[in-house]
Amino acid sequence: MIPIELYFNLSAFLFAVGLGIVITRKNAIFVLMGIELMLNAANINFVAVSQSESGLLEGQFFALFVIVIAAAEAAVGLAIVLKVYSYFKTIDLDRVNELKG
Amino acid sequence: MEMLEILFYIIGALACISAGFILFTKNILYAAFALVVTLLCIAALYIFSNAEFIAVSQIMIYVGGIIVLIIFGIMLTAKIRDEKALVGSHNRFLAFASSAAIFVMLISVIGTINFTQYQAVTGSNLHKIGEGIMTDYLLPFELMAVLLLVALIGATAIASKKEGGTS
Repeated sequence: MIPIELYFNLSAFLFAVGLGIVITRKNAIFVLMGIELMLNAANINFVAVSQSESGLLEGQFFALFVIVIAAAEAAVGLAIVLKVYSYFKTIDLDRVNELKG
Repeated sequence: MEMLEILFYIIGALACISAGFILFTKNILYAAFALVVTLLCIAALYIFSNAEFIAVSQIMIYVGGIIVLIIFGIMLTAKIRDEKALVGSHNRFLAFASSAAIFVMLISVIGTINFTQYQAVTGSNLHKIGEGIMTDYLLPFELMAVLLLVALIGATAIASKKEGGTS
């Protein structure tokens, strides 16, 4: 079978790329996409470890819960993004800089 | 066996390339489509590690749900035709430094893990997942359902237009 190190290295790379997206991008939706990528990178590790212990599937359950919570996070995040857009007319995170305007 | 490993490398490389494309592209819609490719490749990796249920959930929830939500968000907030969909990037040096630092740190830590205790087993484990959800993981499962319901109702309530409302 495929060695588990490969899964871990791939997930480390994807996590680093997701972090880069979150830091560099100005657009809020890009930042959400970077967060989804980082969550997926963590999930790869969980699933890769859970294939080896024959009886226990804790990693797969954890990955399942992470996927569902990511769905909830995306829904609420995009609702907030839409509200911010209708108020500020932009979703550039550098220009959304006042509270209670 | 050899074939499987080659396929794994191809899919992993595709995931890395499309993730890099998200990092470097300027068009946000292309980035959303590249994210679809990345998520599909990750679903394929789940199948490689005998997790068919997680792979199908990944395709249904991420590609069928979250990506559609993200594309809706893009369409409602960016004007594709007047070049406003093109977004730049900033903090490039800082981002490169911190990402590279995290990557090197993770790789060096992964190098020290002893993986020999993990012997991969083959075969489907779909039945065990079904049993586990209904027995050991029943409480998290139900909590997850309630959380998803609350989050979706909350998202609708936040995004809806109220007249004279306080929100």
